Amino acid sequence: MTRITIDPITRIEGHLRIDCEIDNGHVTKAWASGQMWRGVEQILRGRDPRDAWTITQRICGVCTTVHAIASVRAVENALNLEIPLNAQYIRNMIVAAHAIHDHIVHFYHLSALDWVDIVSALRADPAKASALAEGLSAWPRNSRHEFAAVQERLQRFVGGGQLGVFANGYWGHPAMKLAPEVNLLAAAHYLQALEIQRKANKIVGALGSKTPHIQNLAVGGVTNPIALDSQSVLSMERLLMIKAHIDELAAFVNQVYLVDVCAIGAFYADWTAHGKGVVDYLCVPDMPLDTRGETFAMPGGYIPGGDVAAYHPIRGFHDPYFREGVAESVKHAWYQGDGKPLHPYRGETVPNYTDFVDNGRYSWVKAPTFYGKPAQVGPLAAVLCGVAAGHAPTVRHFNRVVETVGALAKQKIPLAALHSTIGRHAARAVRCAVMVENLTHNWQLLVDNLAKGDLTTCNKPSFPAGEITGVGFHEAPRGVLSHWVVIRDGKIANYQAVVPTTWNAAPRNDNDEPGPYESALVNTPVANPEQPLEVLRTVHSFDPCLACAIHLVDKRDGRVLGIGRS
Amino acid sequence: MTQAAGLNAQEGDVSTPRLLVVGFGNILLGDEGIGVRAIEALQASGFVDPRVTFIDGGTSAMDLLDTLAGVDALVLIDAVRSGLAPGEIVRYADAAVPVALRMRASSHQAGIAEVLASLVLMEQAPGVVVLIGVEPLVLEMGLTLSPPVAAALPGLVTMVLEEIRRLLP
Repeated sequence: MTRITIDPITRIEGHLRIDCEIDNGHVTKAWASGQMWRGVEQILRGRDPRDAWTITQRICGVCTTVHAIASVRAVENALNLEIPLNAQYIRNMIVAAHAIHDHIVHFYHLSALDWVDIVSALRADPAKASALAEGLSAWPRNSRHEFAAVQERLQRFVGGGQLGVFANGYWGHPAMKLAPEVNLLAAAHYLQALEIQRKANKIVGALGSKTPHIQNLAVGGVTNPIALDSQSVLSMERLLMIKAHIDELAAFVNQVYLVDVCAIGAFYADWTAHGKGVVDYLCVPDMPLDTRGETFAMPGGYIPGGDVAAYHPIRGFHDPYFREGVAESVKHAWYQGDGKPLHPYRGETVPNYTDFVDNGRYSWVKAPTFYGKPAQVGPLAAVLCGVAAGHAPTVRHFNRVVETVGALAKQKIPLAALHSTIGRHAARAVRCAVMVENLTHNWQLLVDNLAKGDLTTCNKPSFPAGEITGVGFHEAPRGVLSHWVVIRDGKIANYQAVVPTTWNAAPRNDNDEPGPYESALVNTPVANPEQPLEVLRTVHSFDPCLACAIHLVDKRDGRVLGIGRS
Repeated sequence: MTQAAGLNAQEGDVSTPRLLVVGFGNILLGDEGIGVRAIEALQASGFVDPRVTFIDGGTSAMDLLDTLAGVDALVLIDAVRSGLAPGEIVRYADAAVPVALRMRASSHQAGIAEVLASLVLMEQAPGVVVLIGVEPLVLEMGLTLSPPVAAALPGLVTMVLEEIRRLLP
């Protein structure tokens, strides 16, 4: 039996550490340990609830806008405040553009190199790679010349000893199985994705006034001044520029990202059998299309036991089914408490560090539960809920993926194949394609509403004496994010955030049930414990927040084996 | 040849060079936020030059790829653990920058290093990269700087302004 530890280099801001016991080439036991969000309450307590979002969006090093959105929603929920339609549409567009950016960057720049061997791409025949790509997609930048130019660029980069972002890859690892031509295709799209992701960011910047860290939110709406004929504010000219970026994103996501995920997924079809984990899925509805948050462009709900027939929808921002279902246990986390799960409104965060104890406390992450059970969150949960709810865009893109992968892998792909490491990547691509449609749709809704003469963007909040509570939820790129606020006499009395990576990277709960990462890692094959690429594949498939800081440390001598590319 | 001319991409290029000053960091973690605090101080300093833009880079490096692409010079300000006394300032240039970024105080360092590497790959890397690092003392939850790092702020602003004048005389 070998034990490996995958640990980051730094000690603050939400790191993730993974420990695995490996026996006979397979993971037999796993622990996820992290430190996140500790102490944010202290900064927020006593502050004006209208300012909370500017602070919460600074907490995480990766997800910024999502904490701003969830925070204003929490305060609005407490006040029972309606939001003008323009504000909903503008927020929805920011949400979609941010998610598209996040998904593209995650696939190409943070996780594709777990599957794609860049060094092997140097040996590819560009003509063959082009023929393969053109057989899969109408994308215009799949020509032999384009691929030959990419190969030359890679050669210069690698030959010049400047491996840079590629320096830490497991090149030549036995688990790398793509043909050189597929590797070249993926490398070319890696470079194209660097360009295209900038378009998504331009949309966030144009609507949010600034990126990173948007400036245009307010409790009650948005602060974008709108005048269709002005140069300096949100004008028709600027809206048309945004539409041009949306169209470019739509082409890339539909003709490149979704197709590449299918191709890579088909070559690694064996990975549909690994990384299953917790199959109770939770997703919240998002993209409200009315002022009260009762109708949504995307559904959400709970799927117990991986059974889509048992889907229970969450109907809106005020649905008690979500609000009353969430609790957090600290039995295995470094906080004081007897381990009985606490509702976030009553959440406590008093440190009780004990060192890493395998069967005791071993993480700064609390274990969130939904009606007492761990839940997996993220695009896979969202896609399964979309399929369960009969959400037309989700079903359409999901069927496209199933058909394409099935044709390439020459086998029928059942829905159950999604409960896997590669399934999480496929679901993320489906979700991204759905997001692109919703971005276009909300753009049109905004333009139509403005054309009607409605230029309202904000409803002024007013705070009552006494205590009120609210939850703001958001289906962020990594899954369910919820902010919980208790307001007393117009000031914040308690604030808790239950973030997506907390759900997925949870330690064992009060019933000693492992969290989604821990559970998904069990039975993962590991060819070489010195180079646990397979472990990274499964952890990265969840899109962990801050995995960019992961280092692989060999516990026996503390030697740094390499940096996970995240 | 002057420094400013050297910043332009091609010989004979008479376009105005663009210099970006980006402060990184998490303002919720004490001295971790020194880069952002420096940008706030620079914006309040009265210094104005149409060739220079100050940017609060916050915690999310990958969101800055678009902003950083194709600039002529880039000055980064950040908390860096160099093993010096808290508040001491150290300057790294060009090839030393990616190495120094690994000593950053927080976990978004990989983000900045990867963004710079991605710019090289896109052939849109800045002509000059300078990192001004400040040795942190306190990296715990809190919105304020520790006394030695707060005391270093005026000197840091002066040093960044000198760097700007050196690059754009």
